[in-house]
Amino acid sequence: MTLLAVEGLRKSFDGVHAVAGVSFRLQAGEMLALIGPNGAGKSTCFNLLNGQLRPDAGRVLLDGTDITGRQPRQIWRLGVGRSFQVASVFASMTVIENLQTALIAQAGQVFRFGRPADGYFRAEAAALLRLVGMAEQGGQAAGVLAYGDVKRLELALALANDPRLLLMDEPTAGMAPAERGALMALVRRIARERGTAVLFTEHDMEIVFSSADRILVMDRGRLIAEGDAASVRADPRVRAVYLGEP
Amino acid sequence: MDFVFVQLLTGLSSAAALFLVASGLTIIFGVTRVVNFAHGSLCMLGAYIGWSVLRLLPRDPSGFVFGVLLAAAATGAIGLAIEIGLLRRVYRAPELLQLLLTFAVLLILQDVTQMVWGAADLTLPRPLWLRAFVRIGDARIARYDLYPIAIGPLVLGLLWLLMRRTRFGMLVRAATENRQMVAALGVNEKILFSAVFALGAALAGLGGALSLPGGSANLQIDLSVVVEAFVVVVVGGMGSLPGAFLASVLIGVLQAFGIVLLPKITLVLVFSVMALVLAIRPQGLFGRRAASAAPAEVFTLIRPASAAVKWFGLAALIVAAVAPFFVGPYWVSVLTEAAISVLFAASLHFAMGPGGMPSFGHAAWFGIGAYAAGLGLRIFALPMEAGMALAPLAAGLVAALFAACVVRLSGVYLAMLTLALAQIVWAGASQLVDLTGGDNGILGVRPAAWATNPKVFYWLALALCVGAALVLRGVLFAPFGYALRAARDRPLRAEAIGLDAVRLRLVALTISGAAAGLSGGVFAYAKGSVFPTYIAVGKSVDALLMVLLGGVQTMAGPIVGAIAYTGLFDALLLATDFWRLALGLLIVVLVLVFPSGIAGMAGRLR
Amino acid sequence: MTISRRNVLAGSAIALARSGVALSPAQAQGNAPIRIGEINSYTAIPAFTLPYRNGWQLAVEQVNAAGGVLGRPIEVISRDDAGKPQEAIRLAGELLGEQKVDLLSGGYLSNVGLAIADYALAQKRLFVASEPLTDALVWSAGNRYTFRLRPSTYMQAAMLVEEAQKLPAKTWVTVAPNYEYGQSAVKWFKQLLLAKRPDVTFIGEQWPALGKIDAGATVQALAQAKPDAILNITFGADLTQFVRAGNTAGLFEGRAVVSMLTGEPEYLEPLDDETPTGWIVTGYPRDTLNTKANTDFVTAYRARFNAAPMMGSVVGYAMIRAIVAGIAKTGSVDTEKMVDGFKDAAFDTPFGPAYFRAIDHQSTLGTFVGRTGTKAGSHGTHGEMVDWHYADGANYLPDDATVRKLRPAAD
Repeated sequence: MTLLAVEGLRKSFDGVHAVAGVSFRLQAGEMLALIGPNGAGKSTCFNLLNGQLRPDAGRVLLDGTDITGRQPRQIWRLGVGRSFQVASVFASMTVIENLQTALIAQAGQVFRFGRPADGYFRAEAAALLRLVGMAEQGGQAAGVLAYGDVKRLELALALANDPRLLLMDEPTAGMAPAERGALMALVRRIARERGTAVLFTEHDMEIVFSSADRILVMDRGRLIAEGDAASVRADPRVRAVYLGEP
Repeated sequence: MDFVFVQLLTGLSSAAALFLVASGLTIIFGVTRVVNFAHGSLCMLGAYIGWSVLRLLPRDPSGFVFGVLLAAAATGAIGLAIEIGLLRRVYRAPELLQLLLTFAVLLILQDVTQMVWGAADLTLPRPLWLRAFVRIGDARIARYDLYPIAIGPLVLGLLWLLMRRTRFGMLVRAATENRQMVAALGVNEKILFSAVFALGAALAGLGGALSLPGGSANLQIDLSVVVEAFVVVVVGGMGSLPGAFLASVLIGVLQAFGIVLLPKITLVLVFSVMALVLAIRPQGLFGRRAASAAPAEVFTLIRPASAAVKWFGLAALIVAAVAPFFVGPYWVSVLTEAAISVLFAASLHFAMGPGGMPSFGHAAWFGIGAYAAGLGLRIFALPMEAGMALAPLAAGLVAALFAACVVRLSGVYLAMLTLALAQIVWAGASQLVDLTGGDNGILGVRPAAWATNPKVFYWLALALCVGAALVLRGVLFAPFGYALRAARDRPLRAEAIGLDAVRLRLVALTISGAAAGLSGGVFAYAKGSVFPTYIAVGKSVDALLMVLLGGVQTMAGPIVGAIAYTGLFDALLLATDFWRLALGLLIVVLVLVFPSGIAGMAGRLR
Repeated sequence: MTISRRNVLAGSAIALARSGVALSPAQAQGNAPIRIGEINSYTAIPAFTLPYRNGWQLAVEQVNAAGGVLGRPIEVISRDDAGKPQEAIRLAGELLGEQKVDLLSGGYLSNVGLAIADYALAQKRLFVASEPLTDALVWSAGNRYTFRLRPSTYMQAAMLVEEAQKLPAKTWVTVAPNYEYGQSAVKWFKQLLLAKRPDVTFIGEQWPALGKIDAGATVQALAQAKPDAILNITFGADLTQFVRAGNTAGLFEGRAVVSMLTGEPEYLEPLDDETPTGWIVTGYPRDTLNTKANTDFVTAYRARFNAAPMMGSVVGYAMIRAIVAGIAKTGSVDTEKMVDGFKDAAFDTPFGPAYFRAIDHQSTLGTFVGRTGTKAGSHGTHGEMVDWHYADGANYLPDDATVRKLRPAAD
C-alpha cells in the first residue's frame, strides 16, 4: 500500500534550485533512506514534506490526502511524526512531562486550565518510555540528558501520535557509533511491529545500508538513483557523486 | 512653499540629533545584544560634561568643536568604565537581566549627576556665531540647526567607513551577524565589546554636548532621549546603522510636520509610527529577520512546589491573613499594595517566563484595568463589585486584540511593541481629558460600603490578587501551561507535535492582560483614584524588576519578587533622598550576585 | 525558628501600635511638637522642590526660635513622592498612620495634589496644598479638608489677561505643554481675554509634550501663523529651548509675548543673556522687591543657605507661615476645628499678607506681574523682572456665585 506519494516537488531559493523535481513513493512499514552529499537538497526536501517549507510546485499525498503546504501541526494530526537533525526536546520539563505534553496535544486537550497536567496520560507516557528503553529516566530533566537519550526521547515524542509515517532528519547525528546501531534497530523494530513507514536521511552509510529497505540518492536537487543497498552501491552515478569517480 | 522647506530643514536637523544618539544605541545592541537603558543617561552626561568643559574654553568655533569632542571622549570613557565594571559580567545572562542592569545604571547616574552638577538647569551663553541664521523667504532658520543636517550624514559616513574599511569594523559586523564567528576568528571578544560600548557612549555624549546651544543640560534628558532613541532603533531595525538613519529622518520630519497639522497628538504620533512599521515589517526597516538574533536560551527545569514550599506558602498566607489584627492601618495599606503587586508581577511572569513573551509595557494592562474601574464609576456609576469585574474584562479584551496583531513577533520586538501600546494608552489617558480627566485623573474611586474598612479591603485584595496569582500558577501546571512552555522551549518541536504556538501565545497574553487588569482595578479602589502615571514607563519597569528580582525561570519568583521589591522600594523611599542611587546599587548587586533571582537562588541552595 | 521570630516581630508591632495610641493624648497635653506631614516631588522635580525645602526649613526654624505655636514647637516630617500620585497616597497614609502627624501639606504636581486632597477627604484629615496650580484642587474637586496656598492657573491667567487686554494685538497664538496645567492655562486665558476683547482671535496653537519640545519646528509653526501676540505656558528646559530657537528665528521681534511663570527665578535665570525683553510675565522680582517682608526673608535665607531664594523657597516658607497662623487661630490641632479655623486665617508672607478664603479654601496669596528685562551684572547679562506690581490674589478670583457653581462639593 502506498502511504506517501511525492510528485514533482520543487523549491528554489533566490534562483537556486534546492529541490528540482523530486518524485517517489513510500509503502507502509517500509524504511526508506534519503542520502546524498552535503547541499544535495535532503533537508529542504524534508522540510517540504513536514510542512516547514511550502513547495513552489509539486504535490505531497499522504494516504491519498493532499498535504502539500499544510502547517506542521496539521501534518502531525494526520499521523506524521518527526525528529529533528539537532535533537529538540522541552528543556524545562522532565522526560515524562515531555511525553505527556505530546499526548495532551494529540488528544486535543491543550486548552484545559484546571487539573494539573501531571495526571494526564501517565500510563501512555510510561509505555512510550519503555518502548524506547527509558523507563527509568521519566523523572529526569530533559535538558540534562545524555545526547543519545535526547535522541531516544525525541523518537518517543515522534511516536506519541502513533504515526503512520516517521520523518527522521539524521536520526543518529551526534551519537556515539555504538548507540547509532541500537537506535536504528529500535526504529526498525517499531516500523515492523506497527507498520509505520519511515523516511530518514543519514550520513553514516553503514547505518543506511544496514537499516534501509530502499535508498534514494539525491544530488543537486534531483534523485539520481533508487533501489536496495546492493543496486545503489553499484550505481555508477552514485559512485561518481560520492567517490568522485568518472 | 518656503514654510514647507523650512519645516523640512528643522525636521532634518532634529533627525540628525536623534541619529547621533540612536546610532550609538544600535551599534551597542548589534554587537553586544544589550538593550542599553542607560543610553539616555550617557547623552545627559555628555551635555553636563560639555557644559563644564565649554565654559572654560574660548567661545569661538574651534574652541566649541574641541570642547564637544572632549565631552564625547569623556562620555566614551565613562561608557568604557560601565562596560568593564558591570556589563562585561552579564553578556551570557538573559537579555532582560542586562536590561535590568542598565536600568540600574540609569538610576545611579540620575542621582550622581544631580550630586555633581546640582538640580538647576544649566545653560551656556551662546556667542554670536551660534546665534546666526539664514533667511529662507520670511523665515529665519538657525545656522546652528543646519550643521547637524551635515553632521548626521557625516557621522553615518564615518561609521560606514569604520565598519567597511577597517579590521575593527569587519569584526563589529561579524559580531553583529554571528556571535560565534568572532570567537572563531580568534578575536578577543572582550576588547571588541568594550570598544563598541565606548564608541556608542561617545556618540551619545556627542549628541548631548551638541544639544547645549539649543537648550540646557538638565536632569530630564535621560528618560526623554532614551525612549525616542529606542523607537528609532526599533523602527530602523535593531543593529542597523542605515536603518537608524532612515528612521531618524522619518521620525524627525514627521514630527516637524506633525506638530503643524496635528499639534495635539505629538505624544501618540511617534509611537503610532513605530506600531505601524512593526506591524508591516516586524524586524524594522533594515533589520534582518531575527534568525541568528535569538541565542538558544537554556531553560531550567520547572518543578511543582515541594511539600516544604507548599507548607511555607500556606504559613505565609495565614500570617498575611491575620496580619491586620497586629499592625496599624499604614501597614495594612502596604500589605494591600504588596498583594496587588504579587498579581501584577505574576501576570507579567505568566507571559514572560513560561510564555516567552517579554514586555516593556506591562503597565498598559494594569492601567486599562484601573481606568475601566474608574470610568465605570464615572460614566455608569458602577458599584465596586462591577468595577472590579470590568477591570480584567476590559484589559483582557484589549490584550486579546493586541495579541492578535503582534503575537507572531518575537523577543525584543514584541517587548518594544508592548511599550508602544503602553505609551499610546498612556497618551490617551492623559489627553482624552473629557473622558478620563486627563492628568488630573479620576478621583473618588471608593470601595463599596462593606469594604470601606481598610482591613476588610485588604482581605478582599488578598483574596482576589493572591487568589488570582495562585490560579495563574495552577494554569501553568495544567495542560495549557505545559503546552505554552513547550512552545517557548522549542517552537519547531512544539509545532511538530501539533501545538498551535500562535493560539497558545494569544490566549496566554489575554490571560496575562486580564490578570494585570484585575490588579489595576483593585489598585484603583485601594488608592481611591486613577492617574495616567499608572501606565507610565516606570510602572512597567516596576513589574520587570519584580519578576527579575524573584527570578523569571521559577514559579515562585514573581511572588517573592513582588514582595521583596515593594518592601525594598518603600523602605528606600522612606530612608533616603538618594533612593535612586541606593536602589540602583542594590539592583547591581542582585544582578551580579543573584542572577537567577531570589527564588532561583533559594532553589539552588535547597 | 521562623515562627518564633515572626511572633517577636508581630509582638513588637503590637507594642509599637499601642505605644502610638497611648502617646497621642499625652502629646496634646504637653509641649510635644506639632507634627506636620509634608510630601513633595523632591527627586522628580528637584529644581523647584529643593529651594522649596529650604524655604520651609527656614520658616520652621524661625517659628520654633520664636516659641512655636500654642506653646509647642513644630516639626515637619517630609517625604519624597517620586513624582507619582500613587506613592503620595501611600506616604500620606504612612504620615498619618505611623508618624501620627496632625495635618498634611505639600505637593508640586497637580495630580499629586489632587490625590492627596482626595485621600485627605476620605480620611477626614486636613491638607494644606502648597504648590499645585490646578483649579480643580479647590473648585471642581475641592473638598472640606483641602486648602491651597499658591495662586491657581485661573488666577495667574486672570492676572496676565489684565495686562494682555491692553495690548493692541488682535491675533494670538498659544504654546503650552500638553498636560493639564498647559491645557487649563490656555483655556482660561482664551476665555478671559475673549470676554474682555471680543475682537481678538486665536489663530494657532502648539502643544509640545512636556520636556520634549521640538523647539525649531514649534517656533517655525508659530511664526508661520504671523500672529500679533503669543501666549507662552512652557517652562523649565522646554522654555529655554523655546526662547533660544525663538530668538534666532526672530519669532519675538515686533510681537507681544505673554508668558506664565517666566518671571520666577527658577525659570528666568537659566535664560541668562537670552532673556527676551518686554514679555508680560508672572513671577518673583526677588532682587528688586524692597519690602521689609521680602528683604528680611532674602537676608535670612541667604544667611542660612548661602544661596538666593527662588519662587519655591517663598512657597515653602509661606506654607509654614500659613499653617502656623491657621493653628494659632484655631487654638487646637483637632482636624475638624482646624478646618473651620483655617477659614479666613490671615498670615504673612514675603509677598505680603494673605488669608484663606472661606468660600473655596483658596489663599489670597498673589504673585507679581511685570515685564522681562535684562541687567548687566558681574557675571554677564541676565534676566530680571521690571515694571512689576503685586497682583493680590483676592482680586483675581470669580465672584462668589460663580465660585459656588465651580465648587459643587458643599463646604
